[in-house]
Amino acid sequence: MSRRPAQKPPEVGTTGHQWDGIEELNNPLPRWWLWTFYACIAFALVYSVLYPAWPMISRATPGLLGYSTRGAVAAEIQAFADANAPIRAQLVAADLSEIADKPKLNEYATNVGASVFRTWCAQCHGSGAAGVQAAGYPNLLDDDWLWGGDIASIHTTITNGIRNTTGSDARYSEMPKFGEILTGDEIAQLVQYVRSISGQSNDAVLAASGAALFADNCVACHGEAGLGNRDLGAPNLTDAIWLYGGDVTALTHTITYARFGVMPNWSPRLSEADIRSVAVYVHGLGGGE
Amino acid sequence: MSSPDTHPPSLYAAREPIFPRRVKGWFRTLKWWIMGLTLGIYYITPWLRWDRGPNLPDQAVLIDLGGRRFFFFMIEIWPHEFYFVAGLLIMAGLGLFLFTSALGRVWCGYACPQTVWTDLFILVERWVEGDRNARLRLHRQSWNWAKARKRALKWTAWLLIAVATGGAWVFYVADAPGLLRDLVTLQAHPAAWLTIAGLTATTFVFGGFMREQICIYACPWPRIQAAMMDEDTITVAYREWRGEPRGNASVTDSGDCIDCMACVNVCPTGIDIRDGQQLACITCALCIDACDDTMAKIGKPRGLIDYLALTDEVLERSGSPQRAIWKHILRPRTILYTALWSAVGVGLVLALFLQSDIGLHVTPLRNPILVTLSDGSIRNTYDLRLLNKHGEPRTFRISLTSDQPLELSLEGHVSQTVTVPGNATTTQRVYVVAPSGSEAAGKDRTDLRLWVEDLGNNDRIHADTIFNGKGD
Ligand code: SF4
Ligand code: SF4
Repeated sequence: MSRRPAQKPPEVGTTGHQWDGIEELNNPLPRWWLWTFYACIAFALVYSVLYPAWPMISRATPGLLGYSTRGAVAAEIQAFADANAPIRAQLVAADLSEIADKPKLNEYATNVGASVFRTWCAQCHGSGAAGVQAAGYPNLLDDDWLWGGDIASIHTTITNGIRNTTGSDARYSEMPKFGEILTGDEIAQLVQYVRSISGQSNDAVLAASGAALFADNCVACHGEAGLGNRDLGAPNLTDAIWLYGGDVTALTHTITYARFGVMPNWSPRLSEADIRSVAVYVHGLGGGE
Repeated sequence: MSSPDTHPPSLYAAREPIFPRRVKGWFRTLKWWIMGLTLGIYYITPWLRWDRGPNLPDQAVLIDLGGRRFFFFMIEIWPHEFYFVAGLLIMAGLGLFLFTSALGRVWCGYACPQTVWTDLFILVERWVEGDRNARLRLHRQSWNWAKARKRALKWTAWLLIAVATGGAWVFYVADAPGLLRDLVTLQAHPAAWLTIAGLTATTFVFGGFMREQICIYACPWPRIQAAMMDEDTITVAYREWRGEPRGNASVTDSGDCIDCMACVNVCPTGIDIRDGQQLACITCALCIDACDDTMAKIGKPRGLIDYLALTDEVLERSGSPQRAIWKHILRPRTILYTALWSAVGVGLVLALFLQSDIGLHVTPLRNPILVTLSDGSIRNTYDLRLLNKHGEPRTFRISLTSDQPLELSLEGHVSQTVTVPGNATTTQRVYVVAPSGSEAAGKDRTDLRLWVEDLGNNDRIHADTIFNGKGD
């Protein structure tokens, strides 16, 4: 942007480069710049002695200060664990039903529970806890519970699991394979009856004969009105929610072959604080009782 | 072009010390006023108080790093409103473009902290050691008691200014009176001490010793500015066609320049503006004042060195007068910059007016989209983030409006009210249920509006969202 060539030729001379009549002056660098450069080199040398720096065959030189990013992360994790220790102790000591009334504790448990859920539970119940429809992985968001939806029941289910062989206190029940007990016609009548008590379209004649079959074979677990029994994990057959589907094919299959799921007991794998956190989280998903 | 050198030139050069002479004049006076104003704003602002009611800080300008809030008089900005800061930065950028394309390096010459503090340091230097000639003599003379005393006095004064500068900075990020008490009683946070120490060091070194070196070698702005100037940009220039050949006023055929060197002696970057426009010139206009003074003494019109545009040179060489300043300034480029600048500004002001002291952000939960309940009704779930910008806790009632019979309930609450603590946010999960067999339960999408109402003063805001039914 020079307005006109300098009045006197610059003492510094030029580099000899020229573009469109613009010459490049050969100005010297300021000396302080040189000293700054040397200072940076000195800093780098000191740094490489104090901190991990020079690559060796198996690892870098550790540095005199013993700093490592792994160590820093470990210390940070430990700091969080220490900071959370009191509230985790409080969580384990609290009465399960009272956690919801303690906002701080409830918030902590819900957040921890969400992350534990995503790690351990999402494989079957889905990351959104909606289960897998028609495949027998229960939806945890709705208001229908096989083994009870209050916080204590949920806690028991998570702790001991269902129908597993690893825990001694696992919840247990098994539906018989009615295909070995009843004829195909009888099962068809039973299917129509179950559809009738759940308010779905059905063949009234078949359903009427199914009623007697139901009374003889099913009421022990599902109850006279078909409302289920949570002590036995027997589903309510009158509502809109079906673990394996409520259409004729699915019901026929379920009654003929019997279907049930298995859940691990989490007590040996998760700490009590984590189990309680998941219980609080699941209870707060919208269906908790 | 390179001349065959007999001895290679040194690659490095020591800084040439510069001893700017005192100057009086219109631009110097303007610069004193700007210095007083900018330094005054900088040092005083953290001490201004502003009442925001209970539980909120009463500091007018406060960057609350811990609480992640920015307070500016009646304005309070939360982290999610960072677009205000981004907008201000954009305005600052556009403003600089505007001023540079219109008036060259006017920022450098008048308002840049490097210039303002260097000016202040030179002022102190002049008080202690005298004007240019006295300082030159002191510089050349060998060390003795008088020199040591003057240097010590000057450096002490600089250091005090530097400490005050670094000290003022930290008051912007903490309650100023409280922090001052902590500093005096030596109980302040180490970060405060480190910040003060760092800024004291940079102020002392940059203002006292580096000065023009920062402008010439360290600052990126001069490089950027060169690209923003054009032939209509008004900048400080020497009327060579009037001044040359320079020499003696008594010689009749010489120009107006008497080679008194006043312009060079007052220049804070130590250059000769008569060599033409150059990188080191920060357009501080002090050489204009100096030359005007000389012209007055020899009875010639002022303005041998003056604010000029490149196009003026062509005009004046052909004998026509300089173009009017406003004609240089008003051109498509500056008008565009002004328009953009104002558009961002108007947008920010509008956003400020629309800012509410309740905040509502609705996140519909989409995993899963809907849940079928045991009675066949359909439920959707939403996470509501509620902001309470008041200092005291507020109770909000959450409700919905829709042309469908949708029902709303809150997770963990029997009632439809939720209390948000003062100056905080709360996330509340909300369920909306469409009865079994209803239109909304079957339809794909139903519009709904969620309302949040402050039960105390009936302020309310809303957000629109969608209810998803089974869609069959
Ligand atoms: S040449 Fe003039 S305007 Fe430029 S820096 Fe020097 S005194 Fe200031
Ligand atoms: S102050 Fe004016 S007259 Fe004196 S040397 Fe500079 S340009 Fe020439």
